[in-house]
Amino acid sequence: MTTSTPKRPPARPWRLSLSDPRVAGLFWQILVVGIAVAIVAFLWSNAIHNLSVRRISTGFAFLGREAGMPIADSWIDYTPKDTYLRAFIVGIVNTLRVAVIGIVLATVIGTLVGIARLSSNWLLARLAAVYVEVLRDLPLLLQLLFWYVLMQGLPAARQAWKPVEGVYLSNRGLILPSVPLHEANWWTILALVAGLMVFRFVRRRLIAQQMVDGRARAAWPYALGLVVALPALVSFLSGASWSITLPELRGFNFVGGLTLAPEYFALLIALVTYTSAFIAEIVRSGIQAVPRGQSEAAKALGLKRGFVLQHIVLPQALRVIIPPMTSQYLNLTKNSSLAVAVGYQDIVSVANTTLNQTGQAIESIALIMLVFLTISLGISLFMNWYNARIALVER
Amino acid sequence: MSSVAHLPQDPLPIGPRPAPRALGGHLTAWLRANLFASIPSSIMTLVLLFLLGKACIGLWQWGIANAVWIVSGNDSSACRALRGVGACWAVVPEKYRFILFGTYPFSEQWRPALAVLIFIALFAVSSRRSFWRKELFLLWAAALIVIGCLMWGGFLGLTFVTQDRWGGLPVTLILATFGLAFGFPLGILVALGRRSKLPAIRSLCVLYVELIRGVPLISLLFMASVMFPLFMPDGVNIDKLLRAQIAFILYAGAYLAEVVRGGLQAVPRGQYEAGDALGLSYWQKHALIVLPQAIRHVIPPLVNTFIAFFKDTSLVLIIGIFDLLTTAKTAIVDPAWQSFSVEVYIFVGVIYFVFCFAMSLYSRSLEAQRGTN
Repeated sequence: MTTSTPKRPPARPWRLSLSDPRVAGLFWQILVVGIAVAIVAFLWSNAIHNLSVRRISTGFAFLGREAGMPIADSWIDYTPKDTYLRAFIVGIVNTLRVAVIGIVLATVIGTLVGIARLSSNWLLARLAAVYVEVLRDLPLLLQLLFWYVLMQGLPAARQAWKPVEGVYLSNRGLILPSVPLHEANWWTILALVAGLMVFRFVRRRLIAQQMVDGRARAAWPYALGLVVALPALVSFLSGASWSITLPELRGFNFVGGLTLAPEYFALLIALVTYTSAFIAEIVRSGIQAVPRGQSEAAKALGLKRGFVLQHIVLPQALRVIIPPMTSQYLNLTKNSSLAVAVGYQDIVSVANTTLNQTGQAIESIALIMLVFLTISLGISLFMNWYNARIALVER
Repeated sequence: MSSVAHLPQDPLPIGPRPAPRALGGHLTAWLRANLFASIPSSIMTLVLLFLLGKACIGLWQWGIANAVWIVSGNDSSACRALRGVGACWAVVPEKYRFILFGTYPFSEQWRPALAVLIFIALFAVSSRRSFWRKELFLLWAAALIVIGCLMWGGFLGLTFVTQDRWGGLPVTLILATFGLAFGFPLGILVALGRRSKLPAIRSLCVLYVELIRGVPLISLLFMASVMFPLFMPDGVNIDKLLRAQIAFILYAGAYLAEVVRGGLQAVPRGQYEAGDALGLSYWQKHALIVLPQAIRHVIPPLVNTFIAFFKDTSLVLIIGIFDLLTTAKTAIVDPAWQSFSVEVYIFVGVIYFVFCFAMSLYSRSLEAQRGTN
């Protein structure tokens, strides 16, 4: 900061008085830490005493016991005969399932609404503003209960509402057509991802070469080869089948297809719409933070509207958008714990049931905190990495 | 400065050019500019108008044309006869006393009603810039004490009402307001601690803020409802509402600390140094010089935190405290009215919306004021 640091005065001898800032500092620190330690020790000794009176053993040994807790909606195999540990893992998977899909959908919808708010079409801009205002000013839990009640009010499976062939909406939730994924399908998907990554690298090389000699090189043959032909070849060789299974009604329920249970679906809608309203505002202010001269200059160069948005405005807006977006992602993840109110068994719900069954309050809540702190840390690290990547490179 | 006088006079000002002639009349010009500027825009407008029209007709039919507005004597047969084609607004006049005030003794419900009015008056007074001075703290203290007396009673002929009978809107407002009233000073202390030069204090504050902000509010409420009793010595039994209130204070403290910290960072260093040069102590310097400026910087984000906090009080539903949302949910447990929860949720939604929207408008007006200054 300073180029010419003035010479430090010689250290004064310590005086044992609060008017000496060093002594005062030490005194206050010892006092505050002492109080904090005393409070924690007091609470801890009470807890030990109370637990021994109630004959609750501390520790995580209960995780190995049989849970006996039914979990309806699970992506991994689980029966009530499994252990508490497995139930917790199911809960974590369920939390991640709603958080990850929610984050993706909320980002897409929020960005669209944020751009719509800046539309030159008055009607579209007003509607987007109303969307944001209404969703932001109602408690999320109220919205969640509202969606859940609407779900329950849907017709029964037999009279399911069918907007498109293969898609059913009933009080059993949303049922979508699905593609069963076998090993061969996964190989193809892997080939597609690998092809995309190689293509990105190739394109970067092509642009670097263009920077040198100014000659534009076509990238599409590489795209065709790496992203289309390679996966197609792998799919053909491994004999993957991509037939779509349509759900069909048998008796009182659906067979086949992908089912989003009403609890999951209501939670997803509530989280996505609520968070998208906040993301829309972030995107709007991010775009407005880009000086108008930037898009005007691009237009003066004769660039197309979509190109201007994609290559001039958004990269600059992203720098403003990413930090607040990170906290919205964290909020969405934390808010997914409201699942307990509609009976979707996420980590909080599983921990709550465990707590009621075993009385292991401290351990259950500690596990909730551990899981969320880990997820929060993961999201923060990823977003910080991304933020550093897109940050302004000053030359 | 004197050189200004020698500058040549400005050239004669050129008057503004006349506005370009609008195509058609005023309205047509507006329509062309805002709704039908181009072909894609026109298509968008028409599609949106179609969808909006359909939604409005549907809502009109459900909410007004086919709705049942009032029934006599808790008889919901007229509503059930509708079979969902119309709204049953009759559930609101039937249940509003319970939704607003919970199980508070029926004949005494003027007391929570008065408490709600005092809360609203308190917010209205605090929002005026001309009232931002020390006396406002006394006013808050007085108002909160009066509200406590009204709700509890037990004097001057008012019957005593225990906390477990409180419910509805007053509980929501109590949780939010007391959470802020105590969370705000806590937040200021923690924000100062986080910027302190003393490593032990700083790390304690960082730990507190990050721990609270890293976990969902529900886990804090669970802690308050199931873990807190474990941590208390024998015989000490703290009421459930108070435990939730403590959780809210801790929660608000962590979030407000981060907002206040942002404000502290915006105060130029010269201000601190000026305070030191005057020989002020740490607390004098912060109370008289730094904090007034820091908080003024962050009033709009503070109001936004208040809005979030007001909405978050609804989470007490999960630990079974009777706030506005819980009373609404309980009101429709009544089998006669069970199928009309959408109407009840819309009713409480309007109440929440009015409070949050008012705060949001206020925050925007503050931001606009700051922009013009």
